[in-house]
Amino acid sequence: MNGVWQGEAKINAEIPLLISQRLIKHCSVLPSPTLTDADLQTKDQLRTIYRAMLGGRLMEAKLSSLYKAGKIVGGVYLGTGQEAVSASLGCSLTMGRDVYSPLIRDQAGRTGFGEPFLDCARTYLGSAAGPMRGRDGNIHRGNPAEGYLAMISHLGTSVSAVAGVLLARRIKGELEGCVGATCIGDGGTSTGAFHEGLNLAAVEKLPLVVIIADNQFAYSTPSDRQFACRDLSARAEGYGVKGHEVDGTSLEDCARVIGGAVEAAREGGGPQLVVAKLLRLSGHGEHDDGSYVPQELRQSLLARDCVELGAEQLIAAGHATREEITQWSSELRDAVQEAVAIATQEAAPDARTEDWFALSTPSMREGDYES
Amino acid sequence: MIASDVTYIDAIREAQADLLREDERVFLYGQDIGKFGGAFKATKGLQEAYPDRVIDSPISEDAMVGMAIGAAIEGMRPIVEMQFADFSSVAFNQLVNHAGTHYYRTGVPIPITVRMPSGGTPGSGPFHSQSMEAIYAHYPGLVVVTPATVSDAYSMLKQSVELDDPVIFCEHKFLYRWLKSDSLEGDDLPIGKARIARHGKHATVVAYSAMVHEAVRAADILKEEGGWDVEVVDLRSVKPLDTDTVIASVARTGRLLALGEAFPWGGVTAEVISRVCTEAFHLLDAPPQRLNARDTPVPYHPNLWAAHRPTPESICASLRHLLTY
Repeated sequence: MNGVWQGEAKINAEIPLLISQRLIKHCSVLPSPTLTDADLQTKDQLRTIYRAMLGGRLMEAKLSSLYKAGKIVGGVYLGTGQEAVSASLGCSLTMGRDVYSPLIRDQAGRTGFGEPFLDCARTYLGSAAGPMRGRDGNIHRGNPAEGYLAMISHLGTSVSAVAGVLLARRIKGELEGCVGATCIGDGGTSTGAFHEGLNLAAVEKLPLVVIIADNQFAYSTPSDRQFACRDLSARAEGYGVKGHEVDGTSLEDCARVIGGAVEAAREGGGPQLVVAKLLRLSGHGEHDDGSYVPQELRQSLLARDCVELGAEQLIAAGHATREEITQWSSELRDAVQEAVAIATQEAAPDARTEDWFALSTPSMREGDYES
Repeated sequence: MIASDVTYIDAIREAQADLLREDERVFLYGQDIGKFGGAFKATKGLQEAYPDRVIDSPISEDAMVGMAIGAAIEGMRPIVEMQFADFSSVAFNQLVNHAGTHYYRTGVPIPITVRMPSGGTPGSGPFHSQSMEAIYAHYPGLVVVTPATVSDAYSMLKQSVELDDPVIFCEHKFLYRWLKSDSLEGDDLPIGKARIARHGKHATVVAYSAMVHEAVRAADILKEEGGWDVEVVDLRSVKPLDTDTVIASVARTGRLLALGEAFPWGGVTAEVISRVCTEAFHLLDAPPQRLNARDTPVPYHPNLWAAHRPTPESICASLRHLLTY
């Protein structure tokens, strides 16, 4: 199968119509004539994850259009090709119980975790009604009070922050059954913050899941200029944490391996490091055409589009029909449109009424010392 | 505790003991702070009393602060001990970009207190002597306190932990065992209020942390030498900075020396002079003066170290210049 690339990745209801005749050979689960309870659980899980993947893809396609139309200031960063990894994590977590700190390419995971499309649209469009109120934008958003942390741009910093939430719960006696999770790319693993955070979590044996989307490029820098170890998963042993590898293009594999890692952490297995192999099917951001990605990589198995492949897997296993997937696409596209329509009409922040307070305590605020 | 025996480091330990006893949300996190009691013994015996809330960390300043941020989001009140303020440079990113931005970005405040053993002592050299207050005060979203007295070390640490915002708590290593008091109790001034440490009418020295004591020594010398009455203002916190108290003092004296132990470029002393010149230029009878450390790394040998930072002698020289302008 040829690799799918930016502009070629299918972003709408055409997806299920285009895949029926292709790629059945990649499916590892064949249709089962009689479904057991475990099969039904798997079926529900895969359908849930796939809808989050599709939601992420469709939301990001809309963001790309808005960016190209000049409606979004600043950058737009897509997770095209990483939806299976991202959604498998987000759907394994429960908002309110678990802790999730997604990163730059996790729209699918955010959707799977339960973030409404409206929060995404409001943040990208700078609505004053959004969770970040125009004070921060794009992927720098969250709802910390619900255990949904708002990333900063400095890579690796979320690892220790999620560990801190978990450590606090241990002190309070509320850790039982909780999992904390965060995501990073291959480039982010080169930071000191990543190392310090994962080492700390390992020392404390916290129920932390760290997913590395090894997508071959950190912005434009290939992996061989990023790390010299055989494979990033080899680092797990060095940290004293459980390591996993997974084909990041396969919904079925991601659901099983990432879901399994989350359950292992939840059941007291300590930190889990999952390395998902795939190719970023877009530039670093929508300003970047990714021209540095070599042709042979674009045509390799790493470049399989997980959304296309996932649809085929669902259909081949009898977990969903092509018609159902078409229906999901249609519903999700409408939901995205509705969210964007609402956010577009909302008030932008007003510099004249902005409070300009970086501190919550009134008596600690200095104001601007300017004359 | 025997009354006259209370040192500055005792105050910090006692404040932490009180906080651990009174507030279950408080926990301590830092290197060697558990059984060992900390490099300066600021947590001596506390792990024994609170084994689950006095936790040894790896040598990972970035992750220590990142962890504290996560715990604060979860409703805790962590106190992080940097072994030396100098090493907080490794945690700089988490402090200024994560803790400092969080309330503005998300509306969720980050009530962490980061204790920073600051300032020079003889023989400590370039990497165990730094004063970081100006760096952190420059960034929005952080409160920066610099206690100069035993009772302030005690009350301001407790107030810092009670604040909903991140606090950089600059405690001076030279004061740890040198400074004694007969009581932990003081006037309990809030963070953000400066105090007149010595009353005078001829000139104002604005100082903070250990330099308050050097300024008082210099003022005593000048009193003896020429009958000068020099007023010393102890800022107590550099952010917020109590500009009103500084200007009220300058209104009485007409002359200002801003004194600090940090490096000379920018910083707290420049900020004090900028504010006075901007808001109270008409009160000045002489050009305001600044006195800081020299613009080199802090040297190791006591001969060099003593000449690197302001001393009572160099403060007197600045004041003589100011008083006779």
